[in-house]
Amino acid sequence: MATDIGTLDTFPKLLLHHAAVRGERPAIREKDLGIWQTWTWKQFADEVQILACALAEQGLGRGDHMALIGDNRPRIYAAMCAAQCLGAVPVPMYQDAAAAEMAFPIQNADIAHALAEDQEQVDKLLEILPQCPRLAHITYDDPRGLRHYAQPQLASYDRLREIGVEAQRREPGFIEREIAKGTGDDPAAMFFTSGTTATPKGVVLTHHALIDRARAAAEMEGLSDSDVVLAYLPPAWIGQNIFSYAQPFATGYCICCPESAETVMTDMREIGPSYYFAPPRVLEALLTQVSIRMEDAGRVKRAMYLYFMDVAQRVGGAILDRKKVGVGDRLRYALGDVLVYGPLRNVLGMSRVRVAYTAGEAIGPDLFKFYRSLGINLKQLYGSTETSVFVCVQPNGQVKPDTVGPAVPGVELKFTPQRELLIRSPGLFKEYYKNPQATAEAKDREGWFHTGDAGYFDGDGHLKIIDRVKDVGKLNDGTLFAPKYLENKLKFFPYVKEAVTFGDGRDRVCAFINIDMEAVGNWAEKRSLAYTGYIDLASRDDVGELVGQCVERVNADLAQDPELAGSQIHRFLVLHKELDADDGELTRTRKVRRGFIGERYAPLVKALYAGEASVHVEAQVKYEDGRSGSISADLKIRDAKTFAPAAAKRAA
Amino acid sequence: MSAQPQAQEMIAQGRRIGEVLLSVEEVSLSFGGVNALTDVSFEVREHEIRAIIGPNGAGKSSMLNVINGVYHPQKGTIRFLGQPRHDVDTHEAAAQGIARTFQNLALFKGMNVLDNIMTGRNLRMKAGLLAQAIRFGRAEREELEHRAVVERIIDFLEIQAYRKTPVGRLPYGLQKRVDLGRALAMEPRLLLLDEPMAGMNVEEKQDMCRFVLDVNDQFGTTIVLIEHDMGVVMDISDRVIVLDYGKKIGDGTPDEVRGTQAVIDAYLGVSH
Repeated sequence: MATDIGTLDTFPKLLLHHAAVRGERPAIREKDLGIWQTWTWKQFADEVQILACALAEQGLGRGDHMALIGDNRPRIYAAMCAAQCLGAVPVPMYQDAAAAEMAFPIQNADIAHALAEDQEQVDKLLEILPQCPRLAHITYDDPRGLRHYAQPQLASYDRLREIGVEAQRREPGFIEREIAKGTGDDPAAMFFTSGTTATPKGVVLTHHALIDRARAAAEMEGLSDSDVVLAYLPPAWIGQNIFSYAQPFATGYCICCPESAETVMTDMREIGPSYYFAPPRVLEALLTQVSIRMEDAGRVKRAMYLYFMDVAQRVGGAILDRKKVGVGDRLRYALGDVLVYGPLRNVLGMSRVRVAYTAGEAIGPDLFKFYRSLGINLKQLYGSTETSVFVCVQPNGQVKPDTVGPAVPGVELKFTPQRELLIRSPGLFKEYYKNPQATAEAKDREGWFHTGDAGYFDGDGHLKIIDRVKDVGKLNDGTLFAPKYLENKLKFFPYVKEAVTFGDGRDRVCAFINIDMEAVGNWAEKRSLAYTGYIDLASRDDVGELVGQCVERVNADLAQDPELAGSQIHRFLVLHKELDADDGELTRTRKVRRGFIGERYAPLVKALYAGEASVHVEAQVKYEDGRSGSISADLKIRDAKTFAPAAAKRAA
Repeated sequence: MSAQPQAQEMIAQGRRIGEVLLSVEEVSLSFGGVNALTDVSFEVREHEIRAIIGPNGAGKSSMLNVINGVYHPQKGTIRFLGQPRHDVDTHEAAAQGIARTFQNLALFKGMNVLDNIMTGRNLRMKAGLLAQAIRFGRAEREELEHRAVVERIIDFLEIQAYRKTPVGRLPYGLQKRVDLGRALAMEPRLLLLDEPMAGMNVEEKQDMCRFVLDVNDQFGTTIVLIEHDMGVVMDISDRVIVLDYGKKIGDGTPDEVRGTQAVIDAYLGVSH
């Protein structure tokens, strides 16, 4: 069977295969009205074919693009495959994007067809309709609130289905013929990059690229159709697409769509996924929750937790990696597994997780070790939209906290003299849509993709990424300044939500800090510190000192590294508002936009370097309903203790 | 893809203002020497959103209490669906399809959201107590049906994440939502909302407004609401009644009411 499925080169062909081979096995589950509803592969394939007929009827054809805007819903994935059946290219979009942000992709790709999840998304599409005159067919999944919309472009999903059923009856066999026309070199999907710098670029990936990478990783981890995944990240993100679309199609496993964004934790506990992906921020949020709840637990439970977590910290990782561990520790760990780790894994919904990945940004060593010590096989991987995710993955038993592992089979890696990582892989993107210049810049004639990431191989041939090549800068005295590396070190503290460091072309490093409302709020409560809200809490002296301690520990750590000792953080301030993607301060994937923040808060940066003790700030904020307002505050600037470099200390 | 028999039942024909559902004729209510309501008359049409406004002590809550049978007026007639009612008690009013939410919430704090909303189905449960206790035969089938209705309400109000959370642990805005859910579980024809947005922040108010409009739109439920937030009242109601010292001093569309001099003087303040 493996050889058979290996010859199938497009997603629709894979779908038909699964419908024939494992028609009664679950393909997608969705929790609706409190009950998990299952679509089998057969049902899924039927639904896709009906939809494809309907879309063909509406004029969607080979090479056209179709926008998909919504959360993880079976119908969104069905539409994705339906478009592919016709040789059209689905373009998933972030459901939390503002209307204006949606206009560019829709214009850029000449999109005429869209599937929107609900009224919220429909409203956004209608808002940009004047700029996107080609958008002629908007289908909505959830009819709530839409009954009185009279726009001729709108149709309900049920209506679309009716059209499809009718068309299929009229012309049976049409879809099979269309599917047969597809080849692996056809574009399978287009993902718009979040665009940290300029306008977004549409990354075109072929069926072959996605399927090849999905298979390579699935083989490496031994994934099968008995695996289960919870689909809870935005479908517009390539990773989600790989784990909830490409890999299930490659192996036949089942994905589960949570009831709503707020119920993910409960749903995960109910489903018990065996294969799991979480970006570090999600893992961090989970750990913060656990820590806070443990602090509120009774004394006996807390003592037990602390004792066994200590055991796990010492030997948990080694046991997971099947290394040699003494009998005493093994027994202690086994007891801990019954009393603490097992129940904790269960609460996290990770009892059945065989393989868990994290990627997207650097993960704190403590955080990483926490999950591994519990017996959860969490591993790091490296990849991007342009590479169909899988470039490097840590193999079982060779997991380190600061690398992303060796190359996945099929991938070639090399470095430029500037330490920029170059990649050649079957999973590479075809092109940036309608942007040959950007394509040529990113992919050279020999097929090497220029990642823009700076890094090196460690002694075992594992890849280590430190920062973006363009972000790595120098202080005036020539010291290496890797802002993201510093920011990540700060963010590894639970009290720090975001950090922004400045230092390129300056004498020393200074930082903005965003506190984590939940963790710091809890900390304040424990000390009976009264506060009214975020701004008040952030401006407290005690909080400033708390953050100061974190900065000092980072400095102490940096002092140990001869290369980075000079980039210790000298001064910092605690920001009065949370950095927000709606204000353009973060990307939709929550990466800080350092340049933009530096310009926007220029007076603050100036005050940091001018040595002032405080600074008055007034800032424009955009509320969720689209109105804007302003907030003002006085921010204190603090000096942080710095340490002599370790080498110098030894000499003295 | 699955059949949902009861869902159809809940989706009414939508927002078409229909016949008179409730008419209040010359109603007077007094407590000892205090006249809470004096000769108040108005009507509520099917599918409409009717607001009652007025300064503190104007008799708004008394009016709601008269409608759902808590108080019995000394004078005047109330007709529901054309039939005059005499001394209806709250139980009978509920059975006729009149549900309400409360200014100070009337939820079982220790019970979870699901069970609280389920209490709203109480009147529609037909199986006997014993059958329910041992979940025998019809009782089990019935419970499944009621649970399905409750689940649709939970979905409608977007409180899936709190299904099993004790109501006492929820923030106030969500408790208000659960209170609305409990009233909706009765599948009422007439829904009385006593200050549904009191004590809420802007975002919660906007959410609540949307839910009120959606209830009216999707289920066709007629709504009478008391509200202090003028923005909310003028935005979502079809017609407004203004009470002052127990007397009706204005009645009409929000624009009409806004233009009436007596109303401006009594309630909205004298304009400059």
